[in-house]
Amino acid sequence: MKSYLEATARQRIAQVVDANSWQEILPPSARMISPHLAQLDSPVAFDDGVVIGRAQMVGHNILLASQEGGFMGGAIGEVHGAKLVGLLRLALLEKPKAVLLLLESGGVRLHEANAGLIAVAEVMRALLEVRANNIAVLVLNGGANGCFGGAGILARCANWIVMSEQARLAMSGPEVIESVQGVEEFDARDKALVWRTTGGKHRYLLGDCAALVEDDCAAFRSAAIAAMEKFTTLATSSPALSLADLEQEQAQLAQRIVDFGQMSEPMEIWRALGVAPVEQVPLWDCATFLANANAARESI
Amino acid sequence: MNWLEIANRLFPAGHSIVQDGNFLVGRANVHMPGANVPQLAVAVIGTCEHAEIGVEIALRQAQAVLDIVRSAPGMPIVLLVDTQGQRLRHRDEMLGINSYMAHLAKCVQFARQEGHIVLALVYDQALSGGFLSTGLMADACYAMHEASIKVMDLGAMARITKIPLERLQDLAQNNPVFAPGPENFERMGAIAAIWQEDIAQNISFALSELEEARRQGAADDLRSQLGQARAGRSMAQKVIAAVLAEQK
Repeated sequence: MKSYLEATARQRIAQVVDANSWQEILPPSARMISPHLAQLDSPVAFDDGVVIGRAQMVGHNILLASQEGGFMGGAIGEVHGAKLVGLLRLALLEKPKAVLLLLESGGVRLHEANAGLIAVAEVMRALLEVRANNIAVLVLNGGANGCFGGAGILARCANWIVMSEQARLAMSGPEVIESVQGVEEFDARDKALVWRTTGGKHRYLLGDCAALVEDDCAAFRSAAIAAMEKFTTLATSSPALSLADLEQEQAQLAQRIVDFGQMSEPMEIWRALGVAPVEQVPLWDCATFLANANAARESI
Repeated sequence: MNWLEIANRLFPAGHSIVQDGNFLVGRANVHMPGANVPQLAVAVIGTCEHAEIGVEIALRQAQAVLDIVRSAPGMPIVLLVDTQGQRLRHRDEMLGINSYMAHLAKCVQFARQEGHIVLALVYDQALSGGFLSTGLMADACYAMHEASIKVMDLGAMARITKIPLERLQDLAQNNPVFAPGPENFERMGAIAAIWQEDIAQNISFALSELEEARRQGAADDLRSQLGQARAGRSMAQKVIAAVLAEQK
């Protein structure tokens, strides 16, 4: 077992794709660096914190991007975003079996402010354009920084999200909410509360991620292969947006507010979903959790 | 800026936009001089009073977009943007506000794919989260001259990035990346144009232009090219082109 959480962006790629199939596009030797960090005396990275390229998964051609949480929390700046946009537009030309995004990002890189915001918007548009061309976009989210801000939105624009229970998926960081609204609103130092609110198990129970796996590179690989096959073999699972799917999502998200909108603690939601005993949820290993969670999901 | 005043100036031929809380919805007629049909009916969706975008108002906007796609195929959609950004609450995070934002973005994109022109106008304020799923998903986003667009306040940015506020304020003087304001977003390619006086004429012209671009099958997203041409964003288009040059 090799921890996905502790692996770097490049180590994750090596573990997730077929052996010897990886070809990087614009590698560090291309020196694509941020034009904005120098004026702030911030260090730069020769890949601007994201690795893109081609690979194979069980023999199928895919395009892949992997964000490096160790560089500015994986945040998206002008060059970082443009590498993602370029990769997604390349998918329109090369028609890979799927595009795999190993996301780990706090969202817009504030050091590049406006350029970062525009970059995130361009990546969202490019991602949805890939889906419109019937190519599935699959997200793996298992890094220590999770997916927040624009990256949290971006992840939910994809067809499929695989998470580990240690990963997090949300919008505003707890620190930001605490600094604006006060510690009574969200205590960012209460790690258990942060995890209950944004962590993989909660997201799985709500239906915000499609699969939950152990913090293990091989488990992420298996889940990615399963998702890829689902979207390429079943005629019923087209990767493109459809009115029927969007109306179903509209109804689900509306029902979520009706069912849980008055609650203030994630454990109340778990209890309402019929997962019991809720105090055990954080302690269960992945398999035990999934057995209980799936039984609760099916009984609804 | 008052939304009703803007709507009256945009649509002198009439509109039926109503406000419910911070949510705006209705229909309007755009005067199209010289066109075969002199009046173009458009659907209007928006927010007002610097709305904070929580799960409810994100979902209402998405519902309104889907309603138009279902009931009025091809009708252009005008998004009126005034938001202070996403709602900063534990409860909205618990409910998965990013999923609501993404759903709204997907609905706007779907409307475009179904042939609806989507035009956005920042008439007062636009901030990060609330803006990503609406204005920045449109075919083209315009801004009123007086509008304010930013990622976050420089003070908050200084706290999070640990860069001294004075430094950011200095940079904001002449660097479009840090300065709020629509003219910087215009230089960077995210705002198509800034509107000031005859906005009824502006919207009429913009809608014709966007329809023409659609007819000619223009690329989906030209913002990085615009940013390069206007010298506000030097690298994005270069990097995208370099990746595409690797095509096999």
